[in-house]
Amino acid sequence: MSLSSQTMPKQAGRRKRFNIWPYVLVSPALLIVTFVIFIPVIEAFVMSLQRYDLRRPHKIGFIGMENYATIFQDDLFWKALKNTLIWVVAGVGFQFLLGFILALLLNQQFKGRGFVRAVSLIPWATPGVLIGLMWKWIYDGNYGVLNDLLIKLNLIDHSVPFLSQTSTAFPAVIVTIIWQGIPFFAIMILAGLQVIPQELYEAADMDGANSWQKLFWITIPSLKNVILVTLLLRIIWVANSVDIIYSMTGGGPSYSTQTLSVYIFNKAMVLDLGYASGMALILMVLLAFVAIPYLRSSFKEG
Amino acid sequence: MTKTRKQMGKRIFILFLPMLILLLFLLFPFYWTFVTSIKPELELYGKVVTYWPKEMTFASYSKLFGEFNFLNPMFNSALVASVTTMVTLTVATLAAYSFSRFQFRGKKLLMIMFLTNNMFPNVLLLIPLYAMMRQLNLLYNPLSLVIAYATFTIPFSVWMLTGYLRDLPIDMEEAALIDGASRPTAFLRVVLPVLTPSIVATGIYIFIQAWNEYTFAVLFTNESNRTIPVALNNLVGQLGVQWDLLTAGGIINIIPICIMFFFAQKRLIEGMTAGAVKG
Repeated sequence: MSLSSQTMPKQAGRRKRFNIWPYVLVSPALLIVTFVIFIPVIEAFVMSLQRYDLRRPHKIGFIGMENYATIFQDDLFWKALKNTLIWVVAGVGFQFLLGFILALLLNQQFKGRGFVRAVSLIPWATPGVLIGLMWKWIYDGNYGVLNDLLIKLNLIDHSVPFLSQTSTAFPAVIVTIIWQGIPFFAIMILAGLQVIPQELYEAADMDGANSWQKLFWITIPSLKNVILVTLLLRIIWVANSVDIIYSMTGGGPSYSTQTLSVYIFNKAMVLDLGYASGMALILMVLLAFVAIPYLRSSFKEG
Repeated sequence: MTKTRKQMGKRIFILFLPMLILLLFLLFPFYWTFVTSIKPELELYGKVVTYWPKEMTFASYSKLFGEFNFLNPMFNSALVASVTTMVTLTVATLAAYSFSRFQFRGKKLLMIMFLTNNMFPNVLLLIPLYAMMRQLNLLYNPLSLVIAYATFTIPFSVWMLTGYLRDLPIDMEEAALIDGASRPTAFLRVVLPVLTPSIVATGIYIFIQAWNEYTFAVLFTNESNRTIPVALNNLVGQLGVQWDLLTAGGIINIIPICIMFFFAQKRLIEGMTAGAVKG
């Protein structure tokens, strides 16, 4: 309920009078956002139509759709796109599954729950670069603790250089993004769990429902909205995430961990800005397809 | 007796055991980072992997500050994160107040615009912003990072603060307005005092985001004004990898965030989840 809608009857007579204040209050934020988001998006589009390589500044100039034509013939682009799909589906999928389990656990009554909850969220507040480096050290082929543990458990008989061979590098970075995303799912779903009316469960108890039935007939349907919003946000963040992969493998070995965002970033780092912009716009359009259904529903609800 | 014992067993099996496994997974990397940072080099690269140092040393920490001048990136990170936090909080609070207290034409469109801003890929904005900063001669100036960080801090803060403001009871504010207080006075005297904890929580969120950011920072800074994440990743290139130094830097990096996070986590979580739970 907002103040103005409550006082509306009093103002009914002069409702048409234009009030400038709401616009004035929004304008600083709008101005900054225009400068750092809207203009850059247009600028990115303009750059994508140019040969814009800062290593060859004298050659900068318009080339029409040539960048896009090159992108669609670029094997690395298609590989990166495929990697992005695997990265998002496997990464977000397991984040969701494990985050859901953690939320169900944290929703139980036990001693020290508040502390456990706070502690389990720390990965979420940790910088991506640091996460990447911490895990790179865990995966290390010479002195890494994961190799030591697996050898002690007799699961492997000699050290595996997880991040420097193509067969293991991608699964290894995916485990890392899963690790990072579990807490976010857990907090969102936990908040959703806490607003489910207790009476629903009591009624189900009286009908003799077991725990699984309650989970599938009450808990999950009640959480539908939270789950959808969280999935959407995470899909976008994970698809856009650069720093974890970049600090662990830089996209290698032989591009096996290079997602589209990382490819774009690598291109930007060598200052091939026109080509990178073209790919970034393609990424944006792909993500828009994920986001549009959600936006439409929030438009309707107003 | 047997029944309660059976229940206890069930509780261990379905609650404590899975919780233990998940927590071990989530927290072990931090433990390992810390242990690595206090191991002497010989033990670190020895034949046997030790799970607690036989001999503890803080040499890597003193080396980090002495030889590698780690105070410099810490100062830069703190500066960029604080200024970003202050600027963002000011403009986002004003916008959120407008969204939560007025009805006006174009409001819905503006709100959705702020919401969708979260969805632009960082790598998309990074490229034109780099070119723009270069033209404006702001490259390698901490101000360029403050501007760049607004791309993700402002939309999220507007969203969060609008949620907090909507949940505040409105009676006191209304009473003040009826008593003849102007809007600014009513805001400063009535709204701001109750909103402060939420503003602090949002501020901590912004600070953490800015403190942690890497992709903009690596392109927009140089030797003299690089931030902690950039300095950390640069330790890798410079030295091969010196894991004792790197993990020590990591621990220094997350201590401030952890303290702030514990301080604000309850309200922060309320604000972050409110939109999804209600919406």
